[in-house]
Amino acid sequence: MSRLGASAFALAALAAVLPAAGPAYFLHLLIQILIWASVYTAWALMGRFGFVSFGHGAFVGVGAYVPALLWNYFGLTPWVGIPAGIALAILVAVVIGYPCFRLRVVGHYFALVTLALSQVVLLTLVAAREITGGSLGFTPKAAGHSWYALQFPEKTYFYVIALMLWLLALSVWRWIDGGINREALEAISEDEDAAAAIGIDVLREKLRITVLSAALTALGGAIYGQYMMYLNPESVSGIAVSLQIVFAAIAGGVYSLLGPTVGALLTISLTEGLRVWFGVTFIGAANTIYGALLVLCIIFMPQGIVGTLRRAMAARAPKAAAAD
Amino acid sequence: MLSLSAVSAGYGSFQVLFDVSLEVPRGEAVGVIGSNGAGKTTLMRVISGLIPLRAGTMTLEGLPLAGLPAHRIVEQGIAHVPEHRRLFPRLTVEENLRIGAFIPRARRRFAAQLDRVYALFPRLKERRQQPAGTLSGGEQQMCAIGRALMSDPKLLLLDEPSAGLAPLVVRQVFELIRRIRGEGLTVLIVEQNVQQVLDVVDRAYLLEVGAIRLAGTADELKGNRFIRQSYMGL
Repeated sequence: MSRLGASAFALAALAAVLPAAGPAYFLHLLIQILIWASVYTAWALMGRFGFVSFGHGAFVGVGAYVPALLWNYFGLTPWVGIPAGIALAILVAVVIGYPCFRLRVVGHYFALVTLALSQVVLLTLVAAREITGGSLGFTPKAAGHSWYALQFPEKTYFYVIALMLWLLALSVWRWIDGGINREALEAISEDEDAAAAIGIDVLREKLRITVLSAALTALGGAIYGQYMMYLNPESVSGIAVSLQIVFAAIAGGVYSLLGPTVGALLTISLTEGLRVWFGVTFIGAANTIYGALLVLCIIFMPQGIVGTLRRAMAARAPKAAAAD
Repeated sequence: MLSLSAVSAGYGSFQVLFDVSLEVPRGEAVGVIGSNGAGKTTLMRVISGLIPLRAGTMTLEGLPLAGLPAHRIVEQGIAHVPEHRRLFPRLTVEENLRIGAFIPRARRRFAAQLDRVYALFPRLKERRQQPAGTLSGGEQQMCAIGRALMSDPKLLLLDEPSAGLAPLVVRQVFELIRRIRGEGLTVLIVEQNVQQVLDVVDRAYLLEVGAIRLAGTADELKGNRFIRQSYMGL
């Protein structure tokens, strides 16, 4: 565990000096990776206990749209708007989670319910065209460089914000790892009845981790919206975003602290790399290759990239020790 | 200590238990015997709050239990060792025990409880770093009982402790139960293995198709002709 902490610290230190090194495009990629790494980590908070949600796109969407709408229509600062978005995401999580957990909707059925949820948010955003701009998207009113509006034309500001968001996500993960609730959640993920029979309030534990995961996801969505200064229902909510979250987190590895981050690093650089490589010459090829690589990842590395690497390292370590 | 009166329960439209009444006095071991499908496991699940009671009343030391969710029932002092043990196989023995002390009252006394369980089952201490799924059947039963004891219960529910175990191991498991009884714990056991269970309990009930058919002391039931013929093959 302490090795993990050390590697996280090293990564953070590396990340701190990186922006000085490259061009603006590079920084832009880095910000995206950090924001999405936080969202993927938030998803994996519950995903690693087998509570597989295909609905986290909904929380990204709520988190991104609420502050932007409040800002444009009421001039309300995102410092209030973002908490409001998080509160709404928590409400949505409870409204969906409570009946699901109460009625023991688990596994595939839970995945289906949440899949529907993410689409409901997408369709709501599209349907409320007069307010949200529908499929054309929504642009927050620009305020130049402003702490009040949480808008910064310089990317370095958002780089620091994204870095802080990412460190927050990792801290939440570590906090859960350290408590008795992790064991309770593991027990629930192995056998809900047995967990209930030894005194674990299954409903409350599941609801709590879901709320935490949804809130952090919504925060990620909010930062993403503030950074991009343009929201589109397709890019911050709906099934596509939900699937992207699930695939990237699983590909990176949901059982390791840095797994989802590696997932973000891989998927975003892959998408961008393929996009730049193919450009407009071979439309669709980039997505096809992306999909094929993800499928291969998931088939051959069910523990994710980080999980597989750790296992390989663990397998080598005793041999090295024996050789000494 | 535990008292059920005219309890009915079931799953959906399917009723399993019909007007079941029974008493478990403090410090005694009581058995519920019956064949497959008689409703023994359902009875255990009703008592531990895993399925709701349809009718009747259920009290522990005079306090009503009906309607309490499973985790609140554990807090009231009832620990359930489920059928087929239901350990958390990927967690180690000690993690299983630790999670057994999840309720706040037990968590505060964790170290003392752990010592008590290890003293009772030294084998668990030897195996404490091993994933529970790698234990033998008898050891798993030990671990399941140990996990239940970690919550510091007043009443221990044992559902079919002999299920799926080899005859020799079954004898060991009943030996464990005798040892727990020596601790002064009140125990309610449901079992198909009538011969063995009547040797460790004070009193027993016979459950048939969801209703209590006979009740009496262990010796009375051992001597009962119907039980001897139908359940002991004598």
